[in-house]
Amino acid sequence: MSSLAASASGVDEVRDHPESSITFLVFHRSGSNNSKFQRVYIANYIYPFEMHIKIWKRVGDEMFRYIASKFIFMLLSLFVLVSATFLLMNAIPGSPLQSEKATSEQVQKNLEAYYGLDKPLIVQYGTYLKNLVKGDLGISMKKKFQSVDKMIANSFGPSLRLGISAIITSVVVGCTLGIIAAMHHRKLLDNVAMILAVIGLAVPSMVMGPLLQYFFAVKLRWFEVAGLENPMDYVLPTIALASGPIAVIARLLRSTMIEVLNSDFIKTAKSKGLSGYVIVVRHALRNSMLPVVTYLGYLTAGVITGSVVIEKIFAIPGIGKFFVESVINRDYPLIMGTTIFYAVLLMTTRFLADIAYVLVDPRMRTGKGAK
Amino acid sequence: MKGSFKKPAQFMLVLIVAFSMLLTACTSNSNKPTPTNSGTENSGSGNTETGGEKEAPQEFRFTLASEPPSLDPALMTDAQSGIVAAGLYEGLTRLNKDGEPENAIAKEIKVSEDGKTFTITLRDDAKWSNGDSVKASDFEYSWKRTLNPETASEYAYMLYYLENGEKYNTGEITDADQVGVKATGDYTLEVKLFTPAPYFTSLLAHYTYLPVHPATVDAADDWATEAKSIVSNGPFLLDQWVHNDKLVMKKNPDYYNKDAINFTTVNISLVESDSTVYNLFETDKIDWIGAQAGSIPTDLVGGLIADGKAEVTSVASVYYYLFNNNKVPFNNAKVRKALAMAIDRQALIDNVLQANQTPAHALVPPSIAGLEGKTFREMYPDTDYISENVEDAKKLLEEGLSELGLSSFPEVTLLYNTSEAHKKLAEALTDMWRKSLGVEVKLANQEWGTFLESRKAGQFDIARSGWGADINHPINFTYDLIHPLSGNNDGKYNNAEVQKLLDGSLVAATQAESMDMLAKAEKIAIDEMGVMPVYYYTTPTLIKPGFEGVFSDYSGHLDWVFGKKTN
Repeated sequence: MSSLAASASGVDEVRDHPESSITFLVFHRSGSNNSKFQRVYIANYIYPFEMHIKIWKRVGDEMFRYIASKFIFMLLSLFVLVSATFLLMNAIPGSPLQSEKATSEQVQKNLEAYYGLDKPLIVQYGTYLKNLVKGDLGISMKKKFQSVDKMIANSFGPSLRLGISAIITSVVVGCTLGIIAAMHHRKLLDNVAMILAVIGLAVPSMVMGPLLQYFFAVKLRWFEVAGLENPMDYVLPTIALASGPIAVIARLLRSTMIEVLNSDFIKTAKSKGLSGYVIVVRHALRNSMLPVVTYLGYLTAGVITGSVVIEKIFAIPGIGKFFVESVINRDYPLIMGTTIFYAVLLMTTRFLADIAYVLVDPRMRTGKGAK
Repeated sequence: MKGSFKKPAQFMLVLIVAFSMLLTACTSNSNKPTPTNSGTENSGSGNTETGGEKEAPQEFRFTLASEPPSLDPALMTDAQSGIVAAGLYEGLTRLNKDGEPENAIAKEIKVSEDGKTFTITLRDDAKWSNGDSVKASDFEYSWKRTLNPETASEYAYMLYYLENGEKYNTGEITDADQVGVKATGDYTLEVKLFTPAPYFTSLLAHYTYLPVHPATVDAADDWATEAKSIVSNGPFLLDQWVHNDKLVMKKNPDYYNKDAINFTTVNISLVESDSTVYNLFETDKIDWIGAQAGSIPTDLVGGLIADGKAEVTSVASVYYYLFNNNKVPFNNAKVRKALAMAIDRQALIDNVLQANQTPAHALVPPSIAGLEGKTFREMYPDTDYISENVEDAKKLLEEGLSELGLSSFPEVTLLYNTSEAHKKLAEALTDMWRKSLGVEVKLANQEWGTFLESRKAGQFDIARSGWGADINHPINFTYDLIHPLSGNNDGKYNNAEVQKLLDGSLVAATQAESMDMLAKAEKIAIDEMGVMPVYYYTTPTLIKPGFEGVFSDYSGHLDWVFGKKTN
């Protein structure tokens, strides 16, 4: 095989790796007597099975150590976050048990005793941590006897579904606009796409939502005004939710793509006579997606935890409003619950992203190696 | 190369066409239900039940801005819960359209000579939704449970009228048997009050006095959080409770008075945004807006009233400002009075509020009942309580300031809770003061929780306030707001005569005497301007044609229970 390869494509030398069956094809610098290697290609890496195990064991160990350290760090951050939130929450004026109407001192005491607010803060904190470890987020102080676990679980569903729908829409429409703009750089279509994107970015969802609702639901009656009963009901809130991210993605993709389209390998591809479509989708898009993927990670945690504004406008029973409502009501268990939920979600996505990076780029594993 | 670039453009065109096809698909989809409404092919969407051949489906749909925090009568504190509870539960009495109590579960109510003992006979055909009979002991259990300190009921004070009720709630006594309520038979309840309360039969209609099913309550703390675990005794049953989304109520086939109930299904959607509520009404998804069941967007109210589409009903609530009576310059009655006289309330209503509110020259709102079919305000009109006269106000202010030994009006701040509406009113008000009295009042706003704490602690000069009724009686707006010992008298207005009159009204020999004393106390407090009333609330309401018996009650809450669709 070696000789065949060497004769066929002008390889100057063929070497075998001493430990494995990797074969190097060596090209000498042409036109020179100097025997320094110009280029080395790995032609064959069918190494023995034992070698395979050995390498992956080492990778596995490193991965495990990496993941473990990340995980411990995550728990630590969570602990700091829980403590800080607990303290801050108790530091703001007002209490979950206050009402506009005066309650007698005794009723107030009864209420405080009932929710354990009569105990010193440090005891409350200890109790909370103890229950938290057991996975018990307590019961809401405003929605009497509704457990916070259940409230979060019930309201996360609609937010998640709407969020996913918005993310898919953002990616599809955002990328399309971005590609068009990049391909028609400084031409009419570029301007049109970018104007659309800027409008999406500049018009806040609190304006976009009611406008969509008024035209498409009230005037044209194409959609329902509110609710998420049917798949069609997702359309308007999805557009309102996705308009901002669409603009961001379109602009990100446009700028990186313009760069990529001007790079050498695209020029090579063009000169080889590949069609525009193939160049864009196979080569340019792949190499321009990295900033978009990074943004998506950040976007995901934000979007699937709901939007107060969109939920309000389209009467969606999502989790977004709890983030605001809980603080206004000083509903301590719900403030803690939503904060922890959001933190865990954010940390988990980051954690998974970190692992993904490692799998893609081994340099991240040990922190060694050139940056 | 240029040719190849055309392709994505074509691709985009295809996308656009596909998208527009999607939209057209939606059009035809959403067009389908429309003919269904006209009755040609009533495929029965599940929600609507057609009663007879040509009868209108007896369905009523409205919205609430937030879901009831609880449907446990002991823990309810808000209007939303009250609106749902009115259909879900049945108390001893119920208020009719005029706000007067009528017997419900009670068949007969006898009052003793001294007005302190009520012997109530219950009807024996009322049932809980699980089939059990509603007995006198259920009421006894419910009231004692609400008063039990361990229940930590915020509205327990509503039951302080019961003998030893307050003592039991505050832990002064621990024996519940000493509380003045006892089931002396399966269907007789004996209630002892610590003081005569002529309006006790109205109180019995309040949700804090509703019964609960003891076995259900004992079984689980969270019994009132899900539709399936609630056991109720009212004209409607809770069929579905999708948290933060909707509540669906169905007519209770075992309700003792089921013939009086017309609606078969009541859909309550939980919608916070006013404009969404209005859009739902416009697209025929709901039948009612207003009276705490959704509200008309403020910018549309004026137009809808002018067009005769919205009806304006008065609400038993008053909007007023507190003066800090312990602080210079508002420790002087003349200064307080001058400020109250220098504002044009009608101008504020016409230009700022725009919902046909009534100018308030006193505290008790117009819809609160008086005696013999008259309202309290008809008996004691407040129109001449405050004379809005700028010249007199200027004189009074000068006198007041010199009494205080001040050469000019000191720097004061008006505090309100953060809201666009409160801000607009406060700005207009301070502008009137600036123009008429040359007085500079600064504005400050705080977020609700912080605001309440500041107000309770007396950390303000002037503070915004509003007060609504729990029961249909003037005592709500007098005893609660101007009694020196009331926990709601945050401005610390203190007048011994007022205190004497208010205390006396509770034990007065006749109701007429009691009313007189309340009216006198109110007049004194306004003469001294302990607090400064601005307007009595109204609620603009919208209803789809073809409904009757659905209305805003005296307190401005939707009453839908005995409503009917006629076409």
